[in-house]
Amino acid sequence: MTDPSDTSLGDTPPEGTHDQDYNFAYLDEQTKRMIRRALLKGLAIPGYQVPFASREMPMPYGWGTGGVQVTSACLVPDDCIKVIDQGADDTTNAVSIRKFFERTAGVRTTEKTGEASLIQTRHRIPETPLEEGQILVYQVPIPEPLRFLEPRETETRKMHALEEYGLMHVKLYEDISSHGHISTAYAYPVSVEERYVMDPSPIPKFDNPKMHQCPAVQLFGAGREQRIYALPPYTDVVSLDFEDHPFTRLRNDGVCGLCGADDTYLDEVIMDDEGTRMFVCSDTDYCATRIEEAAE
Amino acid sequence: MNPIFSVRDITKFYGNQKGCEGVSFDLYPGEVLGIVGESGSGKSTLLNVISGQLEPDQGDVLFDTRHAGMVSTTAMAEPERRMLARTDWAYVHQNPRDGLRMAVSAGGNIGERLMNIGARHYGDIRETASGWMGRVELDTGRIDDRPSTFSGGMQQRLQIARNLVTGPRLIFMDEPTGGLDLSVQARLLDLLRNLVRELGLAVIIVTHDLAVVRMLAHRVMVMQRGQVVESGLADQVLDDPQHPYSQLLVSSILQV
Ligand SMILES: Nc1ncnc2c1ncn2[C@@H]1O[C@H](COP(=O)(O)OP(=O)(O)OP(=O)(O)O)[C@@H](O)[C@H]1O
Ligand SMILES: [Mg+2]
Ligand SMILES: [Zn+2]
Repeated sequence: MTDPSDTSLGDTPPEGTHDQDYNFAYLDEQTKRMIRRALLKGLAIPGYQVPFASREMPMPYGWGTGGVQVTSACLVPDDCIKVIDQGADDTTNAVSIRKFFERTAGVRTTEKTGEASLIQTRHRIPETPLEEGQILVYQVPIPEPLRFLEPRETETRKMHALEEYGLMHVKLYEDISSHGHISTAYAYPVSVEERYVMDPSPIPKFDNPKMHQCPAVQLFGAGREQRIYALPPYTDVVSLDFEDHPFTRLRNDGVCGLCGADDTYLDEVIMDDEGTRMFVCSDTDYCATRIEEAAE
Repeated sequence: MNPIFSVRDITKFYGNQKGCEGVSFDLYPGEVLGIVGESGSGKSTLLNVISGQLEPDQGDVLFDTRHAGMVSTTAMAEPERRMLARTDWAYVHQNPRDGLRMAVSAGGNIGERLMNIGARHYGDIRETASGWMGRVELDTGRIDDRPSTFSGGMQQRLQIARNLVTGPRLIFMDEPTGGLDLSVQARLLDLLRNLVRELGLAVIIVTHDLAVVRMLAHRVMVMQRGQVVESGLADQVLDDPQHPYSQLLVSSILQV
């Protein structure tokens, strides 16, 4: 079998059709059914990590194999997908995953958050608020939030089962005692429906509040670790904190040099050989849309 | 007065290998019970069974819970038993590495049990942790240091502070002074004795060191090949042992 993400091997099939060398969206129907069962279980028990038999995908672990399998199990021919990597649609990773599904599923693709029915993401939540009917698929490297302090899986499983989450606060305590504030900036732990503590994948904690009461379905896939978890629409998602050190969103204090937004998550980019720096929106679609709208 | 803890006819085998057999005793609030015996006599097995870490083959263990009075801990559901282990009970390991989180600061180690039962105010947790460091004679200026930078004796005192912070009523200790220098042992024993008195703790302490028993225990139980061969008031057993094996233990110590 050829690498389906390698588009140089042949022409992309005509719109609305997919490469007939592959089953629709690459995975076979039995595997998709197995993943859908895991997804349904995950949706029924928000924040609970469901084991699943992760398959080999034609891309290395770390490239979102968990997210790709979840997306594959969810896609229907009518879907319009968007793929982002740290907010951008045009990185190698995002482009190759998008092409993978163009080729194997023949689905439409878009960069517009509002037009997408399914968004696969690595490490960001779009700035444009998600809506009912949309699915957000997260690529997850490490699903277990307790692993940092408790490496034994038998023990972490028990801790989840018995809701013994004091250790999560020990981690935050350590943060404050060594930095004066909660320094955790990514993969910031959340409590789901006051039951399971969940790792939201390495999104910046700026994005954490977007998960709370989100109208879209949120699905998390960890390929190497073989875990799936999920948040159904309108789920309570609360970031852990202390009474005297409440959770705060964190962003570079500045304004986007391209669109002027002062409330988005910003990346600092180097502009030229002299090292001139500029802040720009990490969400490239959001930024471009604002620029377009300002021009009209 | 009613016992706080009651052990009835506990037996534990490892396959064909006997761990302990037919052990019964009552422990009263504020009482310190020493369990002595040579290596392999079943002390740790008994301690692990009665502290809920090993399941007995036979027998029962009862604890006087705050809410429901005397309750069988062997019949308790696991969540309840784990909750007990984090609140009213404490377990001090011989090796501090087994009882501490080496990658977490001293303050975090002491604070963990508080956070486990819902403490969510950083400043309060830290203040309590610092107070406990003082009580076990650790320099409070080292609250943010990791236990790996502490000496063996300091680690053991930190482990004790970590265990006492939730105000337990019953403490299990397995050779808490083992592996420490004699002078360090003496200081630790002194500290333990004062804390136990002050807090009115019930203690079950396993040791093969009769000096530890002499210094801390009110009562002593002598074990041999998994069974209790003699028990009684610590001074009586140490000064006037009745069973030949106890006599041997006591005399071998006196010869040193
Ligand atoms: N996990 C195990 N599997 C099999 N046998 C065991 C196990 N643990 C202990 N035993 C056996 O049970 C008996 C009692 O052992 P235990 O560890 O309780 O003794 P102890 O009095 O604590 O000894 P020590 O002073 O050396 O710590 C010994 O014969 C020992 O070999
Ligand atoms: Mg032992
Ligand atoms: Zn912008």
